[in-house]
Amino acid sequence: MSSIAIEASHQDLLRQLLSQPFETARKHEMMQQWRREQTLRPTLYLGAGTCGLGAGAARTLEAVQAYLKTHGIEAELLSVGCIGLCVEEPLLDVALPGRTRLSFRKVTEDRVPEVLDGVFDAGPMAPEAFCQFRQENATPWEAVPFIDEHPFFAPQTRWVLANCGHIDPSRIEEYIARGGYFSLVKALATMDSATVCDTIEKSGLRGRGGGGFPTGRKWKLALATPSDEKYMICNADEGDPGAFMDRAVIEGDPHRLLEGLALAAYAIGAQHAYVYIRAEYPLAITRLYEAIEQAHALGLLGENIMGSGWNLEIKVKKGAGAFVCGEETALMHSIEGKRGMPRPRPPFPSTSGLFGKPTAINNVETLANVPAIVLNGADWFSSLGTASSKGTKVFALSGKVSRTGLVEVAMGTPLRDIIFAIGGGIPDGRKYKAVQIGGPSGGCIPEAELDIDIDYESLKRAGAMMGSGGLVVMDDKNCMVDVAKYFMGFIQRESCGKCIPCREGTLRLLQILERISSGRQSEHGNDALDRFRGVMYLNRLASVIQDTSLCGLGQTAPNPVLSTLRHFRHEYEDHIYNRHCEAGVCTELLEYSIITDKCVGCTLCAKQCPTGAIIGSPRSPHYVVNEKCIRCGSCVTACRYDAVVAQ
Amino acid sequence: MPSIEINGRVLEAQEGEMLLGALKRAGVHVPTLCHVPGLSPSGACRLCSVEVEGMRNLVPSCAYPVQDGMKVKTHSPRAVRARKTIVELLLANHPDDCNYCVRNNNCELQTLAGELGVRLHRYGAYDKGYHLDLSSPALVRDPGKCILCGRCVRVCEEVQSVACIDFVNRGSQSIVSTAFNQGLNISSCVNCGQCIMVCPTGALREQSHVKNVVAALEDPNKIVVVQHAPAVSVSLADEFGLKPGEDIVGRMTAALRRLGFKYVFPTSFSADLTIMEEASELAHRIANGGVLPMMTSCSPGWIRFVEQFFPDRIPNLSTCKSPQQMLGAIVKSHFAEKNGLSPKDIYSVSLMPCTAKKMEAARPEMIHDGVADIDAVLTTREAARLIRRFGVDLLHVDPEPADAPFGQRSTAGKLFGGSGGVMEAALRTAHYLLTGKDLERLEFDALRGLDGFKQTSVEIAGKRIGVAVVNGLKNARTLLEELREGRDDLHFVEVMTCPGGCVGGGGQPHDTDRDVISARMQKLYQIDASEALRLSHRNPDIQRLYEDFLGAPLSERSHHLLHTHYSRRSVVA
Repeated sequence: MSSIAIEASHQDLLRQLLSQPFETARKHEMMQQWRREQTLRPTLYLGAGTCGLGAGAARTLEAVQAYLKTHGIEAELLSVGCIGLCVEEPLLDVALPGRTRLSFRKVTEDRVPEVLDGVFDAGPMAPEAFCQFRQENATPWEAVPFIDEHPFFAPQTRWVLANCGHIDPSRIEEYIARGGYFSLVKALATMDSATVCDTIEKSGLRGRGGGGFPTGRKWKLALATPSDEKYMICNADEGDPGAFMDRAVIEGDPHRLLEGLALAAYAIGAQHAYVYIRAEYPLAITRLYEAIEQAHALGLLGENIMGSGWNLEIKVKKGAGAFVCGEETALMHSIEGKRGMPRPRPPFPSTSGLFGKPTAINNVETLANVPAIVLNGADWFSSLGTASSKGTKVFALSGKVSRTGLVEVAMGTPLRDIIFAIGGGIPDGRKYKAVQIGGPSGGCIPEAELDIDIDYESLKRAGAMMGSGGLVVMDDKNCMVDVAKYFMGFIQRESCGKCIPCREGTLRLLQILERISSGRQSEHGNDALDRFRGVMYLNRLASVIQDTSLCGLGQTAPNPVLSTLRHFRHEYEDHIYNRHCEAGVCTELLEYSIITDKCVGCTLCAKQCPTGAIIGSPRSPHYVVNEKCIRCGSCVTACRYDAVVAQ
Repeated sequence: MPSIEINGRVLEAQEGEMLLGALKRAGVHVPTLCHVPGLSPSGACRLCSVEVEGMRNLVPSCAYPVQDGMKVKTHSPRAVRARKTIVELLLANHPDDCNYCVRNNNCELQTLAGELGVRLHRYGAYDKGYHLDLSSPALVRDPGKCILCGRCVRVCEEVQSVACIDFVNRGSQSIVSTAFNQGLNISSCVNCGQCIMVCPTGALREQSHVKNVVAALEDPNKIVVVQHAPAVSVSLADEFGLKPGEDIVGRMTAALRRLGFKYVFPTSFSADLTIMEEASELAHRIANGGVLPMMTSCSPGWIRFVEQFFPDRIPNLSTCKSPQQMLGAIVKSHFAEKNGLSPKDIYSVSLMPCTAKKMEAARPEMIHDGVADIDAVLTTREAARLIRRFGVDLLHVDPEPADAPFGQRSTAGKLFGGSGGVMEAALRTAHYLLTGKDLERLEFDALRGLDGFKQTSVEIAGKRIGVAVVNGLKNARTLLEELREGRDDLHFVEVMTCPGGCVGGGGQPHDTDRDVISARMQKLYQIDASEALRLSHRNPDIQRLYEDFLGAPLSERSHHLLHTHYSRRSVVA
């Protein structure tokens, strides 16, 4: 990783360039160099975000370093953020002087020599080469498709993620060379706070954290409240299961967030800002600290920013991993050093927020959208999207889909395109069942509604919500009762415990679901009766939780149950009436049997069975005694003749 | 003024008030479990949720400000069903042991379940396996009965600034507990019992001494002596259906005798004794350049607060024991000797409006050679239970006087029951001690009433004496911080742990609210205004005690029996 200090000679130049109009500055030779449009020596880019590191990028890095050393190659090796195609990590790109940047996928440490031989020794091109970047004045590689032709990237519109995976996130020069901080400089020089608010309001930007509240209006409310002190907060407490958009933005392009946060603070008249980030994101936190230090060094943060007389201090506050701290009032309590519990609103944060002062809170992605809007204007932003939702949205695509990763599409893109075109559909020839969107507050969307054009309203109509942007795809091997159970378990653990409907109600919802998916063998006394009674109360309980809970977490807590019930009622009924789980996920409902025609009587299964539930004589078909069976599945594993089946 | 519509009737509301207040004035009862008047709205229980036209969800009326033109339905089927469901959810977790619970027939959850017609155990039980916390000398915590309304948490923090309990864990595993889930005894708890006063269920209660007292009463070899604090006689009546503030001292004395107590003494007598010692100590400190301001020491929660949070202020505390402990010490020494009894044969009980007195009685400084000044402390609530148990019809017994030789008290001693009373009594006597003359006007209006912070200055013998009266430990903390920052105009400070003083103590009947506290306080002022013996130093029983036994205030014998010492206390917090 490169050092975080900015070279002294760069500092003055950067200041000077920032004071020029962007188009003029852009042409400066150093700016071109920082954009790596011309490289004098080979440059290697390793995708070393958390996703890349998880796939082994750290070992790949060592292997690449060793390779370069043994071959005596003088090259620059950069650890960049995630470009989005997580499924293909570790990703290694190589740009030779005069040649286009070439991307290799799944470059684990053992594949490094062969991959690099193909580039440096003019050996045969390794099969890992999967695309190349389009660059002027650079010779393309033969028989390698361009990135904009790749089915994962082609349908995307990358505004927020524009720099992720492209620039070295630890160097402010590279961000500035791509237009970074010119918005802040522009705003400070030519716009007052109200104008910035107006621009954002006109652009139609809405909160990307889930609620979709118009960002400009939120800022105006905070701006309009007179106070000696105001606070701007960035909510980076990304807690939804399956969501990692914010992490990728901070790891890959931290200055974009800082610039957006600074613009927001300027817009509401705040001189103090916080980034509330979960402590489980150590790399993102490191990147933030680096970025803040560099921005300070250039006078883009601190006192009298760019001679405007306006000051801004940004503090990083690490959250301790409570999901509820993503709720704004709980988040503020946490920053104040109190237990993260929501409080009733009103008063809203815009009038009485952090430490009782007017406060605005925005999500990472929302703020990352701001610099481009200020630089390019409201109309540029609002030209993309649907009537109610403008711009783009980043989604974290995961689950049963061929190409998992980080996806940024224009609002209004059909959901089907995201899953089947970008994501490449369902792997292993299985059938699509649903996509879970919006995390624990969201819902599941079935095949029949896949053709909706994604925006805040259409998702709500489909019984889901935008949420922060997690998309978890499920196939026919997923049980929807189990999915609902998973989310209720999550909410029930992560509820702050303050209000009764959320604390006690979600526990009871979970219990009802557990009973639905439990087998007769674990029932005692009145359990069977309670099981049906629970089903009868499910709707009533869910509606009271929605209606009376204190904060958004509780009000949306029953959504996973209600939406699966709405679209997959037959699965619930199958569980309840037939005690049968079509997907075979609810193990307690499985019934094991042995196909007599296939069984040769080898006795292996009977020997493996821990409870003696399989009986039979050698060389004659065996039988499963269901009352004794504990559904462990060891018989299925033991059988060499596929004679044991679980249904 | 905003005008709102409640169930179809229009009402003028007050600007900025919460909806709940307006509903109350409109005569609409909306149940609450987490709301405490005067504390920050929490919005946790959701029982006060009502339907407001145009709002997607129900809104909690305790935390929702009125808005002009809002239309509210308080008992629509939707709102009522939500409330009922919430109570059913609470009951699903709640032990079904109402018959065995100390709060039976006096429990807000039980009442609510009745009002809402809960007749079905709708949601399955879930044994969370909680354990009782019996570690504290004064309080018992029962997390199994806790409904997590958070009232105790807010009182402890917002009124007392002690904050020894808070929510821990998340989700359905949440409980209210101490730091690191350790026993209350090693937490920063000051045993004030204000948490019990606000607890809607039996999750917080006093360490009961009823059993011990009954055993002593049944023991033929024990002489059981009882004293009753000045605030008890004006509070006990509430438990028996009389209106707040009624003084039933005579009937209470008679009832206590019928229970088997051999001697009944008013603690107000030893309050007079405290005044003799404390006023002398003040005069001594002023004359000899002692540590000032001197601070009162009658309130054991306050003592513990200083020992834990402001140990540097220990020298400011008066060394006088509290009236309870003074009387205990005198009974087991002078009284025992005079009656030819061994101190071990005497079982000394006190009726207190207080839970911290249980802790005070158990302090090691209060026990000598295995003989405690006080053997058992009953709260006002426990006293009522005891009287009921023995079948005494408190309202139909004839009043009886207290026993000699400690049966007389001045009204100054009676004033101890309210915030400001100790100060008033002390000033009356200090004036006499310093000038040899009694004050012309005995009342100090500036020091009376329910305010948490009262102050004035008095000229005695040509010297201006600055005095302050504080109740509620949060106010005490504020004052101590002012002193730390250099405030130096005060000579004498009275601190009472509980809001309003002992009349609002943590051992009082559960329906004690601000109005009730005020009524009790007014009764004390009325007693003071209507009787002739209004000065501690004029109490003949006190005078005799000094002549016969103690000699003079601050004498060696006084020091031995009536004074104590304090020490820094470290806690888990």
